[in-house]
Amino acid sequence: MTLALSMTLDDLIEEFDELGDWESKCEYLMDLGDDLPEITPELKSEDNRVHGCQSNVWMAAEFSDDGSIDLIADSDAKIVKGLVAVVLLAYSGHTAQKILDTNIEAIFTRLGLNRHLSMARRNGLSGMVKRVRNIAMSALADR
Amino acid sequence: MTESSTATAHSTWDVDEVRANFPILLRPFESGKYRKGTLPVFLDSAASAQKPRCVIDKEREVEENYYANAYRGVYEFGARVDEELEASRAKVANLIGAASSEEVAFTAGTTMSINLLARGWGGKFLGPGDEVLISEMEHHANIVPWQMICAERGATLRWLPITEDRRLDLNQLDEFLTRRTKMVSITGMSNVLGTINPISEIARRAHEVGALMHVDAAQSVPHQAVSVINDGIDFLSLSGHKLFGPSGVGAFYGRRELLDDMNPFMGGGHMISQVYKSHSTYSDPPAKFEAGTLPIVQAIALGTAIDYVTSLGFDRIHAYESQLLTYAHEGLGSIPGLTIHGPSIEHKGAICAFTIEGASSYDLAEWLNSKGVFVRHGHHCTMPLHQILKIENSVRASFAFYNTREEIDRLVNAIDFTVAKLR
Repeated sequence: MTLALSMTLDDLIEEFDELGDWESKCEYLMDLGDDLPEITPELKSEDNRVHGCQSNVWMAAEFSDDGSIDLIADSDAKIVKGLVAVVLLAYSGHTAQKILDTNIEAIFTRLGLNRHLSMARRNGLSGMVKRVRNIAMSALADR
Repeated sequence: MTESSTATAHSTWDVDEVRANFPILLRPFESGKYRKGTLPVFLDSAASAQKPRCVIDKEREVEENYYANAYRGVYEFGARVDEELEASRAKVANLIGAASSEEVAFTAGTTMSINLLARGWGGKFLGPGDEVLISEMEHHANIVPWQMICAERGATLRWLPITEDRRLDLNQLDEFLTRRTKMVSITGMSNVLGTINPISEIARRAHEVGALMHVDAAQSVPHQAVSVINDGIDFLSLSGHKLFGPSGVGAFYGRRELLDDMNPFMGGGHMISQVYKSHSTYSDPPAKFEAGTLPIVQAIALGTAIDYVTSLGFDRIHAYESQLLTYAHEGLGSIPGLTIHGPSIEHKGAICAFTIEGASSYDLAEWLNSKGVFVRHGHHCTMPLHQILKIENSVRASFAFYNTREEIDRLVNAIDFTVAKLR
């Protein structure tokens, strides 16, 4: 398992706290993006494309019998891919209900992302969050 | 300009003295997002330029001392505003070499100016079979208003191609310029490629077939002197905020007899002569094109910005910016995989739009931002041009006379440092 996916959300928050300025955080996001494995070309479909992002982001889900949802996502831009990794850390492997209960804005604020990212980027991030929540909601509806 | 006079112009250019007039450039980052104590590197003047203190002070002077609506009152404040506005209008006319300030209308900016022209002129004079000629390097503001009016009037919009070295393909001009061409609307300087276009030659050839010449001077007017009379320009549009003046104000120039013949763009107060229940008659230009309350404070301070820029001197500005551009080309050109989209330096102004093979423009801009280097990314309102360049988007660093070689070093070093990581 790669660094990006082996750490916990708390690890990430701790890491971000130590990093300080946006330059260091940007660099760290690029590293996270590097560590996140590339998804297979067939998953980079129009259906899986997340809207609202300035760069291409794709997201798919795998559902386990125990009710947990594994998210698979990728981007063609490195810093965005780092942000994808943050979203996966916050959500992936959780149940649909837990996903819907997660206060993602609080996490983004805790990481300083709301303060540092431009509005266009925050819109992109919201697009990813919306996609995850839609996946969770349809999983609940299917049950 | 000769080698020696270029050197002289540069040696007398004290960039620190110039920068001292721009408060925003001298304010170090305090803490938090950016490394404390570093200065911002502003490389987005082609989008909107920073304002010198005299412009900021002028806006405050108006607001604090004599603000009132224009052309309405006999009282002291109103009269003073009228005088200041007319002085500013005369400065715009003088800047572009117009015969009279009556040929200059204040607008909200270049976009509004071009819409005013497309609607006010095209809405009256364009018809089926007529053609409007633009080029492949135009900004959306010089594309969409023409698309709209051509569709409405049954006219055809044609596109003069660009060459492989990213200049207008004048060899094809004869093919595109015919007796059907009624208007040629071309940018003075591309906001992406930086290409400076041979306006007077195009104007001459446009006139040969009986077409009129409009110049989108939003990018060119902050960098080089222009003379509408000498260059044969019939209409010209410019923005105040790219000329180191306030946002929300721009200007539209038209030859007097052409303005007389045009329809007004918007109806409302001040643009009328008489209003009856059945119809209205209109004021003479430029009032005919100035319906409603003007951006009064901004329009007055635009005159101050023009005073400032002309006091620096366009020859000296051009000489200094050319040196910056050469330095930027050398620095950026040394980065492996980086392509600068545009012609060679002698054909362009101080803009470098670039892409790096395998790296996302968004990543680059965000990374540069984290280092306090402010550049723009995206399609820069030139989607057709980006399609021709076969890129989705690009990063653009644009320079003004207040930028320094050290700032270009920070741009180049920041990219150099991260380019391997971004791929």
